[in-house]
Amino acid sequence: MTEQAPVLILLFPFLSAIVVALAGIRMKGLCWPLVLLSLAGSVCASLSTLGRVLDEGTIRYHLGGWAPPIGIEFRIDGLNALVAVTVSLVALITAIYSKISVEAESKDKVSQYYAIFLLLIAGLLGMVITGDAFNLYVLLEVSALTSYALIAMGSKRATLAAFKYLIMGTIGASFYLLGVGYLYIKTGSLNMFDIHEQLVLNNLEQSPTILVAFMLITVAVWIKMAFFPLHAWLPNAYAFAPTTSSSIMGPLVTKVMIYVMIRMVLTVFGPDYAFEVLNWDNIVVWLAVIAILAGSIGALAQKDLRKMLTFLIIAEVGYMVGGVWLADETGMVGSIFHIISDAFMTLCVFLFAGIVFTKTGRRNITAVEGMFKKMPLTMVGFIVGAFSLIGIPPTAGFFSKWYLIQGGINSGNWEYVVALLISSLVNAVLFFRIIEIAYFGAKPADGHDDHHGEDHSKISEAPFTQLVPLLGTAALLVIIGIYNKDIVSIIQDFLLPFNLGAGS
Amino acid sequence: MEFLETISTKFNYWIYIIIMMIGLYAMISKNNLVKKLIGMSIFQTAIILFYVSIGYKENATIPILYHDQVHGAQHEEAGDQNELSNAVEEAAKEIHVAADEQAEHGLEASHVDHPSSLEINPDHFANPLPHVLMLTAIVVGVATLGVGLAITQKLYGEFGSIEESEILEQIKSAK
Amino acid sequence: MKILGFIAVIITGILLLQAERDFPDWGDPASPANNYRLSQHYITQTFTETTVPNMVTAVLADYRGYDTMFETVVIFTAGIAIIGILRVFGSSSQLEHKEPTLTAKKPDLIVDTTCRLLIPIIQLFALYVVAHGHHSPGGGFQGGVIFGASFILLALARNLQTAQKWLPESRVLTLAGAGIFIYAGFGVAALVLGGDFLDYGILTKLLPGGVEDARSHSMLGVEIGVAFTVTAIMFSIYSNLASNGKMKEGI
Repeated sequence: MTEQAPVLILLFPFLSAIVVALAGIRMKGLCWPLVLLSLAGSVCASLSTLGRVLDEGTIRYHLGGWAPPIGIEFRIDGLNALVAVTVSLVALITAIYSKISVEAESKDKVSQYYAIFLLLIAGLLGMVITGDAFNLYVLLEVSALTSYALIAMGSKRATLAAFKYLIMGTIGASFYLLGVGYLYIKTGSLNMFDIHEQLVLNNLEQSPTILVAFMLITVAVWIKMAFFPLHAWLPNAYAFAPTTSSSIMGPLVTKVMIYVMIRMVLTVFGPDYAFEVLNWDNIVVWLAVIAILAGSIGALAQKDLRKMLTFLIIAEVGYMVGGVWLADETGMVGSIFHIISDAFMTLCVFLFAGIVFTKTGRRNITAVEGMFKKMPLTMVGFIVGAFSLIGIPPTAGFFSKWYLIQGGINSGNWEYVVALLISSLVNAVLFFRIIEIAYFGAKPADGHDDHHGEDHSKISEAPFTQLVPLLGTAALLVIIGIYNKDIVSIIQDFLLPFNLGAGS
Repeated sequence: MEFLETISTKFNYWIYIIIMMIGLYAMISKNNLVKKLIGMSIFQTAIILFYVSIGYKENATIPILYHDQVHGAQHEEAGDQNELSNAVEEAAKEIHVAADEQAEHGLEASHVDHPSSLEINPDHFANPLPHVLMLTAIVVGVATLGVGLAITQKLYGEFGSIEESEILEQIKSAK
Repeated sequence: MKILGFIAVIITGILLLQAERDFPDWGDPASPANNYRLSQHYITQTFTETTVPNMVTAVLADYRGYDTMFETVVIFTAGIAIIGILRVFGSSSQLEHKEPTLTAKKPDLIVDTTCRLLIPIIQLFALYVVAHGHHSPGGGFQGGVIFGASFILLALARNLQTAQKWLPESRVLTLAGAGIFIYAGFGVAALVLGGDFLDYGILTKLLPGGVEDARSHSMLGVEIGVAFTVTAIMFSIYSNLASNGKMKEGI
């Protein structure tokens, strides 16, 4: 069965989504176990795929039995396999967490919610493992449509945010489609690897069509990942969505888009084209610096806990985009590693924000007041996530930032290094403020409503299904931190054939 | 003159950009949410025009074999006509005995691998791939439009307006 | 916002025009896209490999069948998403007052008679389009849309309730899910028989005829699945949007 593992990765969530949509209407109790079961299957399949990739190298899986470029293929190497494992694991953890909050937040639409949730995972996993540029567009739209719906099922303000996201997302996806069309008109192929071969074969490096295709695709993924000037849709959309929606989309959607960007840069256009022929690296790194700083400053200005975290996502996206465009091998390793660690640490803090919201019903940062006494285990989970976001060893965040900074130093992009350090400092300020409130209680100036104190007395430890995912994520962050060498060696093996130089 | 020539030989590509920009402008600038969705539809349709233009070939027909091409491969006269000169007439009957003509048409290597009684000149059929891709894009467009309209309706139910500025004002005043 | 939008549009337009010089001429059969082995293979080999004369159908349902499966999923997603966003289960008195009260409308004689005549023909034609998708323009999506449109016409001519007698909400979802299961079922069957996912060729073990025939028959099966989903979801989208998610009155 391991031979079929690549397709099983996404068949599990995809088929069970439909079962959930059909059977879940009558038997609501069936939804959650089914979701868990299918995602567990997906995790197993992706792990076995990763194992096979480590043993045998790149796996090629021809769908429909047609060899590419005639048919569609999955082409799974170290990068895909790692990201697929990350995506399916994050999905499983969020699914465990979701039980209480979904039942509370969308009472009579549980089955629809879970069906859309699973389809989102199927879309994201499909994007990660596919080797076909057009197929990526179709799955991009599956994941986009489901994200709009997951956000729009939230509170009143979420609806407008979802509409804005829909408009921006459609512009992004259409630009991607157009970019693929520009590649197609010059190469006649849709398979990512074949497109690259044709580009090299026909000497299309100087062609303006390819240049425009590259710009369109880059801008498209930037819109989708909320890279700084194009980020306007993200904060409200993620902050006002149902808590499960933001805990699944915050960690995954932007990270998968960064994967797509890396795939496009490395595999489709090739690092030679992206970094040497075009020579935009410095501009993009500067944009990334602005994104990091803007995200951090935006986070400082927020009083709403989840909105603050959404601005951190924008800063993190800046890290990774910058890391890719450093055009340096260490920076690229850092970016790819940061996809993994950032997925887990964002998940960790979003889960915490969700728990706080369900417990207190308040969105403000002051809601965590006195949490250390009332729910110590929850706070332990949160602190690990916060330390990882700040970059304190031995958490995963420290190591990925370490490689990013190394890359910045190697390539001589000091502005990037400085921005990273400033952003880490800002993260420290933000999270220690929260920890302080949680430990000592809010200063009288911050707490506007006195009667909230009464509500707090009832709060106790988070329920089992919410606590386990949070602590599990925290443990994973430490484990990834400890085993960082192994993950980095997988990434380095993947990067070997691309011959990324040290610095530009 | 050269400028006019670039327009006339790439007419469709010009048109698609103009239509697409109209749609994009509506998506960015219009205040009414339904108008934004209309802009979105125009925007996506322009891309469909672009793709279908890629697949177009002069004097080619739709990518479906004719009945007598499929069934009448045996009793077909030898392909002695000059097919390039009267391609329109040719499009009606496209069959040639494969063994005779493979060499002179310079066929693809892959074609020789699968000998068959049927020989098809690719120049006589439009490229099917862009059509397939656009079927997908149309479906995606319909789906997005449907979800967009549903969100607009929900917004109307919640705020009683589909003007973006009015909704924003209501959100601000609610704070 | 208007000026900003205008500037953005102009910049994008100029950028896109830059590449145009580089494009092959419109309708040039020797352009890379038309001349590459991909398109050549589809045109010349489709019939020998699948016995399907309509290349678009063959590429859609077989060569790129995986894409098409997710295309169907996109439709399904849209249907579920709209139910998730709009549908109001049970009675919702707080929203009621905003609705204009619809008086029970008497069906107009001309409209009613025309629809009575037209709907069977539309449905028959839809079935033809699905079944004949191999030989003429058509296929699951087109046929499904036409079939769904016949129900929408019924809902428009009479009211939503009449149409829902034929397609109640539970049946809509079952149909839509069944469509995807039919599609994925062909893929999983291939998987179980030892082939790759969606490899119809291996289904010769189940279907009559050779490998080519198996491919052709599977394509028909897959198209029927697509038609199920599209029919159901088209009507579901209409009925949710028209009745504001209440499935009661509507236009």
